[in-house]
Amino acid sequence: MEHYDKKIIERLDLMAVNVRKHVIEMLYRAKSGHPGGSLSAVDMIVALYFAHMNHDSKNPNDPDRDRFILSKGHAVPALYAVLAESGYFSVDELKNLREINCMLQGHPVCSYVPGIEASTGSLGHGLSFANGVALAGKLDENEYNVYVMMGDGETDEGQVWEAAAAASHYKLDNLTAFIDRNFLQIDGNTEEVMRLESARDRWSSFGWHVTEIDGHNMKQILDALNETDNHKRQPSVIILNTVKGKGVSFMENNVDFHGVPPNEMEYNMAMEELDLIQKKLEG
Amino acid sequence: MSKKIMANPRNAYGETLVKLGEKYPNLVVLDADLSKSTKTIMFAKKYPERFFEMGIAEANMISTAAGLASCGKIPFASTFAVFATGRVYDQIRIDLAYSQANVKIFATHGGISVGKDGASHQMIEDIALMRVLPNMTVLAPSDATQTGKIVELMATNKGPMYARIGRANAPIIYDKDYIESVELGKGMMVEDGSDVTIIACGTMVDPAIDARKTLLKQGINAQLIDMHTIKPLDEKLVIKCAKKTGAIITAEEHSIIGGLGGAIAETLAENSLPVRFRRMGIKDRFCESGEPKDLLEKYGLNEKHIVKNVKDLIDR
Repeated sequence: MEHYDKKIIERLDLMAVNVRKHVIEMLYRAKSGHPGGSLSAVDMIVALYFAHMNHDSKNPNDPDRDRFILSKGHAVPALYAVLAESGYFSVDELKNLREINCMLQGHPVCSYVPGIEASTGSLGHGLSFANGVALAGKLDENEYNVYVMMGDGETDEGQVWEAAAAASHYKLDNLTAFIDRNFLQIDGNTEEVMRLESARDRWSSFGWHVTEIDGHNMKQILDALNETDNHKRQPSVIILNTVKGKGVSFMENNVDFHGVPPNEMEYNMAMEELDLIQKKLEG
Repeated sequence: MSKKIMANPRNAYGETLVKLGEKYPNLVVLDADLSKSTKTIMFAKKYPERFFEMGIAEANMISTAAGLASCGKIPFASTFAVFATGRVYDQIRIDLAYSQANVKIFATHGGISVGKDGASHQMIEDIALMRVLPNMTVLAPSDATQTGKIVELMATNKGPMYARIGRANAPIIYDKDYIESVELGKGMMVEDGSDVTIIACGTMVDPAIDARKTLLKQGINAQLIDMHTIKPLDEKLVIKCAKKTGAIITAEEHSIIGGLGGAIAETLAENSLPVRFRRMGIKDRFCESGEPKDLLEKYGLNEKHIVKNVKDLIDR
């Protein structure tokens, strides 16, 4: 286990709250979007961009950059907020999520949004895309790492397992996948909709190096990333045990907030809660 | 009739990949367990490190190609036309077309002349499926020489592209010098004429050449266009032909819906061109197992049928 400067963890936790506030604000303004899966994904995305990945918002096409692919494209408000806070585009742009004549589409598109690596939204493509990026890295003997986040429900898709087989076959050890394991998908509990357990055994049997952590614990996140980056001859998957709607009490583990934005009252309550967490962290 | 020199466009594809592989170190090739049939195996043998065998997993192949393209590679992804389009439509739509990825899908075994494998393997909707996607270029080369040139143009022009050829050997139509004038998006005038225009693509160009000769003997002077690029369509040429001959017939080894004939019908109608018009293709049905030549006869896609359709169309 690494020993991180306490300040790094505090800074990341604080940024995560900030990003959650952006997410709530964006979805409230847009009057549409997916709060639950955005909030559960926040901590890993924050850790990647603010403490782990080699990237530069001023040079988003740098061939040596680490790549993050958000396969669960509906969680893109979290990524947009992180990209904006990292300087890929203005924070002000977040106000225009899902608006006509604006850049930030409801789901990610890579052809014109700086920092977005892959167009996603139709579930199940991202791991295959990440494999392509990882294969290119191997071919070019480039040292970059490739990260891809899938939803747990997303792994119902058959293509995920085509890609899982291929990543293992090609020994893509420059690839780390994350499963946002919040146990909820639109029609209910993942185990009732289409059983996923044992997720760990499934990935392991496909030849992957499997790690399982608390997906909201920054220290565990950073430890796991450092460990998987150095794991050789196998792709890695980190199963992130998360809470759908994390950070807003009435959204937590509430599947009704999968694809429904907060109304005015809910918006106010959510912001109040997040402000409180923020104040606490700021001490 | 002088004996035709035959060549397989699939071999031309494989050979061209090998040639381009030397010139373009970023060119990579993916296949889904059909490399012996699509001929990507030629590239695999020469450049094993740049060839990715994806197994029988076409969806993964297409999205992986998009990932490779995002890193500056020029991926050619190959399999049979049935598996290269309908099966992976969503991957092509999002990862290639929407993303404007520089991925080239090169499909073999298009059309009904695949033969005995039957309707499950006879792709007659691929051109329509690809044509409707924004940003996609759609190509159907007609002989081995043109196939080589088109593959080269696919590699050197940016953007998502789909090309399909048939399975069988095909007569050589073009010589190497003539083929240098091929441009994406520009139809080729194969034979000039004044009474009617035959616009064909892919495997239908050669029987159209024969049909034209037969028609000429009967006093009908047809002009023949090889429309190797179905999208973007050479609308200027279509309009010019319509005005010149007043009668257009299209021929493709594809459904009459949404392919070459559909594209040309749209152009003619929107330009209010009062022409006699007929589409030759598969008439909104699945076909069956059989010898290619018997299938083409039964479903109306050979020289004889072109001659008959032209005469019907212009009432002669």
